[in-house]
Amino acid sequence: MKLSNALRAATALSVMTTGAAFADTITIATVNNGDMIRMQGYTDDFTAKTGHDVEWVTLEENVLRQRVTTDITTKGGAFDIMTIGMYETPIWGANGWLVPLDNLSAEYDAGDILPAMAGGLSHEGTLYAAPFYGESSMIMYRTDLMEKAGMQMPDAPTWDFIREAAAAMTDRDNEINGICLRGKAGWGEGGAFITAMSNSFGARWFDMEWNAQFDTDAWANTLNFYKGMMDESGPAGYATNGFNENLSLFQQGKCGMWIDATVAASFVTNPSDSTVADSVGFALAPDTGLGKRSNWLWAWALAIPAGTQKQDAATQFIEWATSKDYIELVAAKEGWANVPPGARTSLYENENYKSVPFAQMTLDSILSADPNNSTVEPSPYVGIQFAAIPEFAGIATEVSQEFSAAYAGQQSVEEALAKAQAITNDAMEAAGYR
Amino acid sequence: MARAATTQRKALNTALAWLIGFLIFFPILWTILTSFKTEAQAIASPPIFLNFDWTLENYSVVQERSDYMRFLWNSIILAGGSTILGTMIAIPAAWSMAFVPSKRTKDILLWMLSTKMLPAVGVLYPIYLLFIQLGLLDSRAGLVIVLMLINLPIIVWMLYTYFREIPGEILEAARMDGATLKEEILYVLTPMAIPGIASTLLLNFILAWNEAFWTLNLTAVDAAPLTAFIASYSSPEGLFFAKLSAASTMAIAPILILGWFSQKQLVRGLTFGAVK
Repeated sequence: MKLSNALRAATALSVMTTGAAFADTITIATVNNGDMIRMQGYTDDFTAKTGHDVEWVTLEENVLRQRVTTDITTKGGAFDIMTIGMYETPIWGANGWLVPLDNLSAEYDAGDILPAMAGGLSHEGTLYAAPFYGESSMIMYRTDLMEKAGMQMPDAPTWDFIREAAAAMTDRDNEINGICLRGKAGWGEGGAFITAMSNSFGARWFDMEWNAQFDTDAWANTLNFYKGMMDESGPAGYATNGFNENLSLFQQGKCGMWIDATVAASFVTNPSDSTVADSVGFALAPDTGLGKRSNWLWAWALAIPAGTQKQDAATQFIEWATSKDYIELVAAKEGWANVPPGARTSLYENENYKSVPFAQMTLDSILSADPNNSTVEPSPYVGIQFAAIPEFAGIATEVSQEFSAAYAGQQSVEEALAKAQAITNDAMEAAGYR
Repeated sequence: MARAATTQRKALNTALAWLIGFLIFFPILWTILTSFKTEAQAIASPPIFLNFDWTLENYSVVQERSDYMRFLWNSIILAGGSTILGTMIAIPAAWSMAFVPSKRTKDILLWMLSTKMLPAVGVLYPIYLLFIQLGLLDSRAGLVIVLMLINLPIIVWMLYTYFREIPGEILEAARMDGATLKEEILYVLTPMAIPGIASTLLLNFILAWNEAFWTLNLTAVDAAPLTAFIASYSSPEGLFFAKLSAASTMAIAPILILGWFSQKQLVRGLTFGAVK
């Protein structure tokens, strides 16, 4: 009797200890945006299902990038999951800094991830980060102002049409700017926009020998067109406007058109924040007829740094946060317009989601973006609004500063391009590409 | 006539001083006002100054989302700890430089100050690696040491300046009366330099409180202070200005209150020896 009691006690103790060993606390570094903050609010659901607790470190995008880069390159181990983008994932994956996500459960259905997203978050066919939400860029425009201008937005307009429409919609007396675009320096701000735009004008960052291409007509056409159109129809001080500044202008009814991230669609159609919520239309980002549109592709994704001691718990969290069930959970609590978009094919097959006004255009924009074939002429890099090489962020930040100075009238477009050419070639030579 | 001109000049100077004071304080006032607006009101153009529906919603959202007290407690420990530790090292250092100077004292002082000229990011990786090796990452002890080190040159410089105003003969007299070095510093020098020490402590506390490079890069969860709390509300993709303002107001409130109550000591200390 005593022996059996002892055995029972030992078994119970063993089960309790094993249970405790499985219950981990994972630390997640993430970016401060609406979808990520919403996810933090549902952490209890994950804890209830798995027993694991979660500690969040939420930071502004640029601070987060610096923080996680420092940690992963030094193997600091401060985080069990990092929120990273399409730029970092293939580079870090190739360096062996991330845990490959090739062992996800069957219920997770990794095949359901949109191919463009899976491709951008993989290296040599192996997925290194799971997309939490994805985005492309598209045109958001005021249907009332377009109608007043006597024009009709095609589903897939050209840049010439956009320039014409912008001029027709501009009404300086009523503070309405025909078009609002990013001009702010920074590789992820104005740099991302102008690079994506340049693809549609037949430009590229590098030729196949990694020589800079800013001395080509295609780049001169891109910058001259951008500056000409913005000087005619853009807001004052557009050289310092980024996503937030343009969002603010659009929501206050001061932009006829805005070409930017597809996630902005949910902001500008939200009546509690936007004064023009009921008169917003969507169209594909423009082209020039050369076969490439000017939309980009981006995903905020969750990755596990190699060396974490809590890989199992981290994998469970990623499976939970990027699952179909999570989308259902958010839809049930906050409506379909608030679910994280752009990550899963099944979301766009869902009848409920099809009724969201920007859903189809978001999908079309994502599907028309190909990071492996982003330029008209062949290029040696992967990426649309960036080149997925470690040197790009530094080079593109400097280049975009020169471009912003040209937008602000501090130098000519020719001078900016000449400087961009020199900066890029010098950096690539120093890095051993040339 | 002359008296009238003087009175007018005085009034003008007073008005100018108030205007400059208001201009300096305006960004803080604007942040506080924005924290009581809705997100839509926060970005309204033309900006709304006072005529808006005041709301506490941002504070309630921030409270719900973040553990403010944990960040506040970390800020107090980091700023307080680094200030106390720094002062304990700086008082003897400044004493020796002020009262027992050598040929190299000026060079040492300049060299100490020159360490402030190095951009912090230049030593991020060495310090980060050192922290990993020593197990100090995301620890308050590690941060206290780093904050103390980066502010030490300023503390030594300030204390040195104050100590130089104290006649050396007083210390000599104490020595002749049999005071040991410890007694001389603790019971003679320190009480005489209290205004200077107090303003140095306050300034160092404020500098450590506001430090936002090392406190963001060397912390994650356990040691994150209010700078990390603010950073979690800043976003380049989404308009969260009202919430960011609420978080900023909550972060600066303690130091603002401290500064308000100690402004007499601060001004007295900072102007100590200014008029000869």
